[in-house]
Amino acid sequence: MNLQDVSFSVNGELLKVQVEPRRTLADCLRHDLRLTGTHVGCEHGVCGACTVIVNDAAVRSCLLLAVQVDGWAIRTVESLASGEQLSPLQQAFQDNHALQCGFCTPGILMTAQALLESEPDANNERIVEVLSGHICRCTGYLPIIKAIAQARDVINSGRQITR
Amino acid sequence: MEHAIALLGQYQGEARIIAGGQSLIPMLAYRLAAPAALIDIGRLADLATIRLDDQGLSIGSLTRWCDIQCSTEIRKNHPLLHDAIGHVAHYQIRNRGTIGGSLAHCDPAAECPAVVLACQGEIIVQGSNGTRSVRAEDFFQGLLSTDLQDDEVITAIKLPPWNPKRLWAFNEFSRRTGDFALAGVAIHFEMVSDCISVPSIVGFGVGDRALVLRATQDALEFNAPEPETIARAISIAREEIDPPVDPHAPPDYRRALFGVLLKRALKEALGRNRGLMS
Amino acid sequence: MTVSHNNYVGRPIPRTEDPRLLRGNGCFVDDMHRLGTLHAVIVRSQIAHGHLRSIDASRALLIPGVCAVLTAADIKSEIGVLPFRIAPLEGAEPFRQPVIASKRVRYVGEPVAIVIAESRAIAEDAAEVVDVSIEQIEPVPDVTAARSGQSYLFEEQRTNVASRYQIGRGKAQAAFEKAAYTRREQFSVQRHTAMPMEMRGLLAEWNSQTEHMTVWGAAKVPFFNRKVLAGMLGLPNEKVDLIELDVGGAFGVRGEFYPEDFLVPFASRHLGRPVKWQEDRREHMMATNHSREIYCDVEIACSSDGLILALRAQVIADLGAYVGTSGGILASRAGQFLAGPYRIPDIDLDILSIVTNKTPAGSYRGPGRFESSFFRERLFDMVARDFGIDGLEFRRRNLISQSELPYDIGQLVPYEGPTSYECGDYLGVLQDCAKAIGWTEKASIRGRRIDGKYHGLGFGCFVDSSGAGPKENATLRIEKSGSVSVSVGSSALGQGIETAHAQICADQLRIPMDRISISHGSTTLLSEGFGSFHSRSMIMGGNAIVAASVNMIETLKARAAKYWGIPLSDVTYEDGHLRTSGRRLLSLAELACTVDGPLEAFGSFGTKMKPFGYGSHAAHVAVDVDTGHVEVVDYVAFEDVGRMINPMIVHGQKIGAIVQGLGGVFLEHLMYDDRAQLLTGSLADYLLPIATDFLNIRAVALDLTRTTRNPLGVKGAGEDAIAPVAGVIGNAIADALTSFGVEPRNLPITPPTLWRLIHQSRGGAVA
Repeated sequence: MNLQDVSFSVNGELLKVQVEPRRTLADCLRHDLRLTGTHVGCEHGVCGACTVIVNDAAVRSCLLLAVQVDGWAIRTVESLASGEQLSPLQQAFQDNHALQCGFCTPGILMTAQALLESEPDANNERIVEVLSGHICRCTGYLPIIKAIAQARDVINSGRQITR
Repeated sequence: MEHAIALLGQYQGEARIIAGGQSLIPMLAYRLAAPAALIDIGRLADLATIRLDDQGLSIGSLTRWCDIQCSTEIRKNHPLLHDAIGHVAHYQIRNRGTIGGSLAHCDPAAECPAVVLACQGEIIVQGSNGTRSVRAEDFFQGLLSTDLQDDEVITAIKLPPWNPKRLWAFNEFSRRTGDFALAGVAIHFEMVSDCISVPSIVGFGVGDRALVLRATQDALEFNAPEPETIARAISIAREEIDPPVDPHAPPDYRRALFGVLLKRALKEALGRNRGLMS
Repeated sequence: MTVSHNNYVGRPIPRTEDPRLLRGNGCFVDDMHRLGTLHAVIVRSQIAHGHLRSIDASRALLIPGVCAVLTAADIKSEIGVLPFRIAPLEGAEPFRQPVIASKRVRYVGEPVAIVIAESRAIAEDAAEVVDVSIEQIEPVPDVTAARSGQSYLFEEQRTNVASRYQIGRGKAQAAFEKAAYTRREQFSVQRHTAMPMEMRGLLAEWNSQTEHMTVWGAAKVPFFNRKVLAGMLGLPNEKVDLIELDVGGAFGVRGEFYPEDFLVPFASRHLGRPVKWQEDRREHMMATNHSREIYCDVEIACSSDGLILALRAQVIADLGAYVGTSGGILASRAGQFLAGPYRIPDIDLDILSIVTNKTPAGSYRGPGRFESSFFRERLFDMVARDFGIDGLEFRRRNLISQSELPYDIGQLVPYEGPTSYECGDYLGVLQDCAKAIGWTEKASIRGRRIDGKYHGLGFGCFVDSSGAGPKENATLRIEKSGSVSVSVGSSALGQGIETAHAQICADQLRIPMDRISISHGSTTLLSEGFGSFHSRSMIMGGNAIVAASVNMIETLKARAAKYWGIPLSDVTYEDGHLRTSGRRLLSLAELACTVDGPLEAFGSFGTKMKPFGYGSHAAHVAVDVDTGHVEVVDYVAFEDVGRMINPMIVHGQKIGAIVQGLGGVFLEHLMYDDRAQLLTGSLADYLLPIATDFLNIRAVALDLTRTTRNPLGVKGAGEDAIAPVAGVIGNAIADALTSFGVEPRNLPITPPTLWRLIHQSRGGAVA
């Protein structure tokens, strides 16, 4: 078993791990760093449950090897809330019943977060397009679209971009 | 890149290049590939540039889909390429996947090889024997198979300058947004004296790789775009493609579908003519 | 028993589950880490049918980090067999599945060995080099082959028909002989399944000192599964606990007892260490229950004025290699619900459950309802066309009217007694639905080509039961802080019971909802529980909580009386306080602190009388005849679900169920080749609906008629909405393509298959 040293920041904190080269970022986050909010739904990059933000872009963590992210900035679902307070995006999900079992939700939150950071005026069509990279089996997507649109409007009207 | 190539040589076929990893890592997860080593070229920043000059467009092989999509230069100067990128996979995949990776993978239903072929592009390849340039139609050789040798890596894709007088269209049909196309077509041509000139008709998802449809092109060239001409060209196109036997979409369906897509693409492209003339 | 006034029940209260799930603080089984855990990977047959000759694990055992490779030979006791939990069918017992293959394999994916190693990756490496030697037997890839007698899955049975029975009501044969009109059709639904986003997983920990087995990752029916596991391990029930964590969707397939539910705990006891197993997606597709593959040959008899006299049908379910814990649910319910909400006096059903060399099939949301509604609603539209009347009119004539309800449907499944549909206004809801889809306004576009597409409208009506018995249990405990801890035997599957049950309890005790916490599912919570299936969590669990709350109030009053030394009749309970005249007052917290021992009450609710919900759905589709693509322009669902505990949750279930149904109509298919090899191996092959697919869905849940079959007056609402979807879409497509004479009879309706129907009907290409 050949282990490699990798260091990267996760949710603002610089961390070091020793992993096998074949360890995916998803498995590293979940099992080496015990950040289990990111979920694995397929391991082949289709379902989107494992989506995290890497250097401000939403990407599939099951399609990245941990050793590939040396020196990079990773953000996971655990970074969204501030203490007791849910972020406007998370609150919008609750308000709109945009989650049921919650398994696909963290990945979708990270995609939405990345989208609203880089395209704060994303229209509903753009939201749907970006959401099409995720599979949800419970909600049928309509409440999720509403939630992301609500978050966009709340954030823009309050002009608070939460990071 | 030299180091990467040296490593490829060192591992003698037991190592694979990884760039975006969007096609490769699923293969590893499914244990369809088990290389002894992965050579990560993802951080070679000088291979991720886009340059447009009067020689044409040069895209570094490590340029990500999202950067191609955002490039104003490409949007303004290479509309066919810009349009095609929107169909590639999904937002999250486009944030990591690279153009070089897609061309090296050579999926028969992928958009990018088809566009590069339609634009008569060249693929620049570097290996232990130096750098060479391969014409797109020589590069894509078959199902998931290219001209890349074991010790070679794609470094750039060059497209000749795009003639703004071109009429063009990109059309594909897939089961859901972002899926590989059941059939697709990338076309462009010019109008000279109200006749179709220098047509480029490329089909994808309808053979073991993207196909230049020469007989179809011949049927259109020098002819006015009258309904009979178009119908004849479509009929030739349906026979010229070579759809795979596939439980999801049998060959007769793909032939019919391709004909429909080509017809709609021609109509769309010709529709731009009115825009150009007004 | 009085049910109290509502502050919470009936309101769209935001879910209690959400904050932790939104923060990423949910705990799904793979999120659990126990010290010293080993990892298991199941070695599965890659051959569909054969004699298992030998398993050579020698190469695997050489890999550093591999602890063991266990096979049937390592199970010293008799190899356990998966029992029937529901829908037992006579004669089907020999077709049950062993927890591990020992002599024979019968489907690609059947477990033959379990590898345990220090890490999952090492276990996967090892599983690859376990050498399984199988002598192939001619596979049975489908029901036609199964009935041909060429090859039997269970030699001693000399048949692949695991069960066959006839059932019905009235005198169908006589009705057919006299009928002015008959029509016969064959329909089919393809093999597909629930495909939840979280795959199955378990973490089992054997404590050798206390001789106690704990298994995390339970779902759906933990108490039933605990009993099965305890029996297989030779342990008393109390020595086995199944713990329910967060569950990433179930829809019927997660939570049944599978081979791994024995193998993983067995491995833990064998090795004396915790063992974790987590399915991956490819494995899930071959190892977790399939569903829906049903064939129906149906004939209808009508009077000359379009009134249905009788139905007779043969219903065949392809159950895959074994009859599992879901028993004969698929074919039997498809038969039972074939008649739907229509007045049909005479019915004759021939119900077959057939085994083939494919992954076993079980319940998936609305089992037999999705399929039978498709068969029926398609047939009715064909019949309406023959009569030259509108589909809506045909239904008006034949829907059971309000005055005929309750309507006795007789006994249409062998394992349950006769029952009846409850009160409702089937026709009224159909008319609301027709109005919502624009039946009158859009009459002129039906069958017409507009902007290159053909437009059509279609309907479907359904009725469905919910709330399977026998009962459910709940306990309430008042903590010293005054908060209320509720333990209920219902299972969380993502359907929001932590919220809805708290709403019910809060209204019963008349205290703020945030003082109540709901614990669910795990066997540590109650001595007996029954779980969540057939949309029973509100009916059974909710009413059990009502009963427990009522008992709690009595207990509180008695304790207060004792504390104050006054007669019980002088004590009243009001909004979380015990009162007596003379202004003495005790809060729940105070009373909890005064007593020795826990302040608890138990409640239970059970009934065999299931409520029946019903509704109508409609769709407007636009068909591109050149590509075969169907756009769902509009979809409306109207359902009378009666009383809703949380209308927001109900609405969410409707939308989710409809989208799943649409996936089943257009996209999803578990495909096998003629050697019974599963061709569908990833989510790139198995197409699930995504956000861009179905944007135009409106669901209206109505509280029109309340059931009298339980004190809360609730019906289940989690499954119904999937039932009519296929019939509605099939009808809308047929309507759009009237000029082509296209009649969809088989699912899925994919672009290539629809294209072929269009071109066959017209004998050539359409310009």
